[in-house]
Amino acid sequence: MSRITQWVWNWFALTLAVAVALSAGPAQAHKPSDSYLAITLQNGQLRGQWDIALRDLDLAVGLDADGDGRITWGEVRAQHAAIAAYATARLQLQADGQPCTVAVGAQQVDEHTDGAYSVLPLALACTVAAPKALSLRYTLLADLDPQHRGLLNLTVDSASRSAILGPQAPQQSFTLASISRWQAFADYLQDGVWHIWIGFDHILFLLSLLLPAVGLWTRQRWQPVDRFSQAVVEVLRVVTAFTLAHSITLSLAVLGLVSLPSRVVESSIAASVVLAALNNVWPVFHGKRWMVAFAFGLLHGFGFASVLADLGLPQGALAVALVGFNVGVELGQLAIVVAFLPLAYALRRSWFYRRAVLVGGSLLIAVLAGVWLVERAFDLKLMPF
Amino acid sequence: MRPVTFPCQLPRRSPWRHLRPLLPTLGMFLATGLATTASATPFTPASDAQVLATVPARASDPAARELAALRLAWRQQPNDLDTALRLAERSFAQVGAEGDPRYVGQAQAVLQPWWTLADPPVAVRVLRAQLLQFDHQFDAALADLDAALAAQPDNGTAWAWRTAILMVQADYPKARQSCERLAALASPLIGAACLAQVDAVTGNAAQAAARLRGALDANPQADAAERLWSLTRLAENEERRGADAQAESAFRAALGLGLADVYLQAAYADFLLDRGRQAEVLTLLADGARADVLLLRLALAAQAAGSRDATRWRDALAARFDAARQRGDTSHRKEESRFVLALKGDTARALQLAQQNFAEQREPADARILLEAALAARQPDAAKPALDWMATNRVESVALQALVAKLKAAR
Repeated sequence: MSRITQWVWNWFALTLAVAVALSAGPAQAHKPSDSYLAITLQNGQLRGQWDIALRDLDLAVGLDADGDGRITWGEVRAQHAAIAAYATARLQLQADGQPCTVAVGAQQVDEHTDGAYSVLPLALACTVAAPKALSLRYTLLADLDPQHRGLLNLTVDSASRSAILGPQAPQQSFTLASISRWQAFADYLQDGVWHIWIGFDHILFLLSLLLPAVGLWTRQRWQPVDRFSQAVVEVLRVVTAFTLAHSITLSLAVLGLVSLPSRVVESSIAASVVLAALNNVWPVFHGKRWMVAFAFGLLHGFGFASVLADLGLPQGALAVALVGFNVGVELGQLAIVVAFLPLAYALRRSWFYRRAVLVGGSLLIAVLAGVWLVERAFDLKLMPF
Repeated sequence: MRPVTFPCQLPRRSPWRHLRPLLPTLGMFLATGLATTASATPFTPASDAQVLATVPARASDPAARELAALRLAWRQQPNDLDTALRLAERSFAQVGAEGDPRYVGQAQAVLQPWWTLADPPVAVRVLRAQLLQFDHQFDAALADLDAALAAQPDNGTAWAWRTAILMVQADYPKARQSCERLAALASPLIGAACLAQVDAVTGNAAQAAARLRGALDANPQADAAERLWSLTRLAENEERRGADAQAESAFRAALGLGLADVYLQAAYADFLLDRGRQAEVLTLLADGARADVLLLRLALAAQAAGSRDATRWRDALAARFDAARQRGDTSHRKEESRFVLALKGDTARALQLAQQNFAEQREPADARILLEAALAARQPDAAKPALDWMATNRVESVALQALVAKLKAAR
């Protein structure tokens, strides 16, 4: 081997090594094949965007023209017409039963977890204006990779939902009316109600504040109120203060302006329940329970910070969803108040209420929350819930 | 119509309980924020020469050329069984080599004319079983293998895959029988290695190691793939027995064969991670962590080494688990549990994943993550299935026994 050949070989080997090193790494991961199809209905108009992996398009229409293993923008561009034809032949849309035409605009490129995708802007022309139902037939790559899935994100105005398209269910229909803001709102409202009911620490905190609401502190003694309206006003104050405080810190936490470690937050919430309950037995804050509700409400608000990460909310639907959830929480809270208040008012003068419920119940709550406090502060598991 | 609901996860420890009133304006603000961060912005590359993606190079890589040629032949005759089988087998082989699940779907596509048949040709059945087990459909895969073996009792591949699935399901008596049938059909090395892997987890680890070592010595002519498989089994067994030096040399001998094998790389990376040798993991996986299982090891090593890439790899891995979740894929629970436990510190979620995983797969690695997660979550009772599995089968493992001792101390 001559010197020059040797040099060429070395150079070639070096370039190859660099190319391999650059092409490897987490940017181009292995994952099953997915495409991302976003369809939006806004002001009665349908449009879309379809991201299809270059690797899949290489398999389907052939992109790596020179076979060097490197798909360049030039090679992709040369195949844009073929890509558009291939894709549109495998996506049929019907609006209210009438077929729509799918036209692909100027393609771009985007990166997903497993590498580069061709981005196909879709102009969807349907005969029906403001359709009520959308039906999709999705067969992209069905013949080349039955494990391929089309991840659909369907947005109507600002509410969106997702669905998994593919050979397992090639034809799917969506009622556009049903994914209105109202549907999203109703879904999250239900969630809100449910989550307040299963959040024991939250309920117990509220109960601790509500238990003495059917009475007044006069001369270091708890005296039952005379009129129902007095109790209602007190409950209203507590609940409103709590709600307001909660909203403030929740907003701060969600906006990332303030963040606290979740263990601190969870432990503090447990501590707030202990203090609120003990306040009923050895009162410190007599008539100013709304202030307690406000102060501790600020604390409870931080508990939300970690929740948002788990939310998995669809794009655009967040506002509706959170408001719906919020209203649900309030309704769930209201249901507790409605069940509690008349009963407590009726029993307020009895020994049972004054000793067993107000004192005994509060002590019980304090003990339970105390165990939570220990569990959360020291990351222990003492109780089955 | 398929009912579609909003992707709303059920709470683990009812985290929603703190979600309270929120001002609509805030919601709007967030909606805009999320909409812009959820996906990157499409771009138009500046030059035609810009490389956007890499694929196997047909021009220079013989394996890629062979695959391309098979694919061409298949396109011309998609209903020819022999052509289809050759392409499907070749595609599936890439899965083990590269850990790329796209090839699973491609292999399935090739078998499409026979895929849904109740009684397809035996060769299709055996391959279908391999593809099904990749998707963790173990029972369906076993049914295919049993049917194939009823028709063709001397199908060594079918016996081998049957054993592999029974091992994952921890059905050791059946796995042993399966090995005995395989031993009569396969090379002496494969037969010995098959039995050794069963003995290794049923109270005879030392004898299994000695016998497998003897078989490797007695069969130096065995082909590289067989040696790779046998050496990997030997290395794992030696590691569990606490024979670190022997494990290390078996791992190195296997890697020295020069065959791409994601499983082997992952197993050796774990061996190194356990011994605080994260720097070596970073080197081992430096030029290719495209498979999730390898990226997990890379991220763990980077974190242990305090590397500045740690965050980047952790985020990349999180994105991949998210992507899998979006398509409804739950086959990576073992890896996700390790990820969540070690890199996210979410013990409750890690335990949940480890429990779900152990209900499906019961190998030493599955037991280990369950024990670790139960320990971290301070829920020793949750480890019971793994403890039972160890006791019933007399599983020997230094790492597992150490965890069991810690769990007992935590009670």
